[in-house]
Amino acid sequence: MGNAFEIRNLNVYYGQHQVLYDVNMNIRERAVTAIIGPSGCGKSTLLRCLNRMHDLQPGVRVTGEVRFKGRNIYDDDVDPMEIRYRIGMVFQKPNPFPKSIFENVAFGPRINGYRGNLNELVERCLRQAALWDEVKDRLHASALSLSGGQQQRLCLARALAVEPEVILMDEPASALDPISTAKLEDLILELKSRYTIVLVTHNMQQAGRVADETAFFLNGRLIEMGPTREMFANPREKKTEEYLTGRFG
Amino acid sequence: MANAVAEGRDLRVSPRWRDAQKRRERWIARLLLLAGLVSVLTTVGIVLTLTVDTVQFFQQVSLWEFLTDDKWTPLFTPKHFGILPLLNGTFLVAVGSALVAVPLGLGSAIYLSEYASDRVRRVVKPLLEILAGIPTVVYGYFALTYITPLLRRYIENLEVFNALSACIAVGVMIIPTVSSLSEDAMVAVPRSLREAAYALGATRLEVALKVVVPAAFSGIVAAIILAVSRAVGESMIVALAAGSTPKLTLNPLESIQTMTGFIVQVSQGDVGYGTVEYYSIYAVGMALFLVTLAMNLFARWVVRRYQEGVRA
Repeated sequence: MGNAFEIRNLNVYYGQHQVLYDVNMNIRERAVTAIIGPSGCGKSTLLRCLNRMHDLQPGVRVTGEVRFKGRNIYDDDVDPMEIRYRIGMVFQKPNPFPKSIFENVAFGPRINGYRGNLNELVERCLRQAALWDEVKDRLHASALSLSGGQQQRLCLARALAVEPEVILMDEPASALDPISTAKLEDLILELKSRYTIVLVTHNMQQAGRVADETAFFLNGRLIEMGPTREMFANPREKKTEEYLTGRFG
Repeated sequence: MANAVAEGRDLRVSPRWRDAQKRRERWIARLLLLAGLVSVLTTVGIVLTLTVDTVQFFQQVSLWEFLTDDKWTPLFTPKHFGILPLLNGTFLVAVGSALVAVPLGLGSAIYLSEYASDRVRRVVKPLLEILAGIPTVVYGYFALTYITPLLRRYIENLEVFNALSACIAVGVMIIPTVSSLSEDAMVAVPRSLREAAYALGATRLEVALKVVVPAAFSGIVAAIILAVSRAVGESMIVALAAGSTPKLTLNPLESIQTMTGFIVQVSQGDVGYGTVEYYSIYAVGMALFLVTLAMNLFARWVVRRYQEGVRA
């Protein structure tokens, strides 16, 4: 399997303050890659570099390369809308639009000029996100009437609706109860046969359950990256071992 | 204080001093209550006066005539007391000024909340709000001596006094109400919703029009209603620029009269106290009061509904 992303010498600054230092890593296609580390280690910042979400924040500066399918997405002639369209994202807190369930899923296809059957697409995405059976009778009810776990799966369905190649997830389960979390993790495992998934999490057990590969960050630096099982069993770096065994974090 | 504790001095105050302080507090509370009561009592007084004199009016003119007659000519014979032409004038100015203020106000609100950098926003927003501080008599004068002559260069059959230039001036006057309140509503839309849309490949304009404006919709509607109710209550501009010809027309090129315009006209004229013409301004004032009250209540209702929608 090839790489979805090749990150080279990535540095990120918030104003004067540097938050990522010289990150070099590859993210495999159609696999789940977890990014772990204590809060403030730069893992969310890294994730947001992968779909150029930082463009929207004044004062953020990115140097280095993020190659997506071989092409640096920070090149001047790359359209960030196109990148974000091909690389979907699910956020830390469920953030459905204050519209109906149907309109939430249909939003992306609509703005991107989808010409097919919208009803079928919405149903397919809601099924993929394991939400269809719970909402099929009230597709036109407000998305805000759903529970937190349902809202997060709706956000996943919404991201799937533009048929992205990659799904970035920024601590998607941190606001969910254990049952909703388990459902979401099952979904991640199901989706990885078709999508590249990058998952930021502060929950090491979660990384252990779902990730094929894991990258450990500390203070803005990539400390260690490798197949999850190997890394959890035999971390090469002392820092990784200390974090995994709960010495800090 | 700390020293006093350290030295073990007695910190208790004397009971007499404490009683004095309690009395002072009570007096302060009473004074503050009085300050609040002044405006409440004024409102009550105005409504009472309006009601009493409106009743006087309706002892001489039937409510039926007031509501259905299509002429308003209290100052000439034969006298007619149909509110419709005045309502029509007010409606024309309200709609016309909304047509000016809504696109401009909403456009600047979208610009300020979605496009402008912090620095631009810090400069432009207060500048826009200065518009709200210009005395309305200046707007009226401006409409009559600048906007109307300018328009007459392009529109041949425009009367000297006309609804159009009043609409433009009132519209400009209420832009800050529309823009400032709708911008507040748009800024209150959580950043996470914008990010969700951007992450789906939306452009800035799509985010603004398809996510932010719908999410802030009720707040924007409330802003527009409040702005329009200011336009309805506006008197100097329409008195100066729109003329004093109450008529049932939707043509903005003609001279018209609004409810407020009529009140101004009668108040400065030599109408005898106690005549039916005199009482007619109270009836018109009451009608105006009811219209703006209804609009304000409606705006409040919209805002409350919006807040509940966000919480759910």
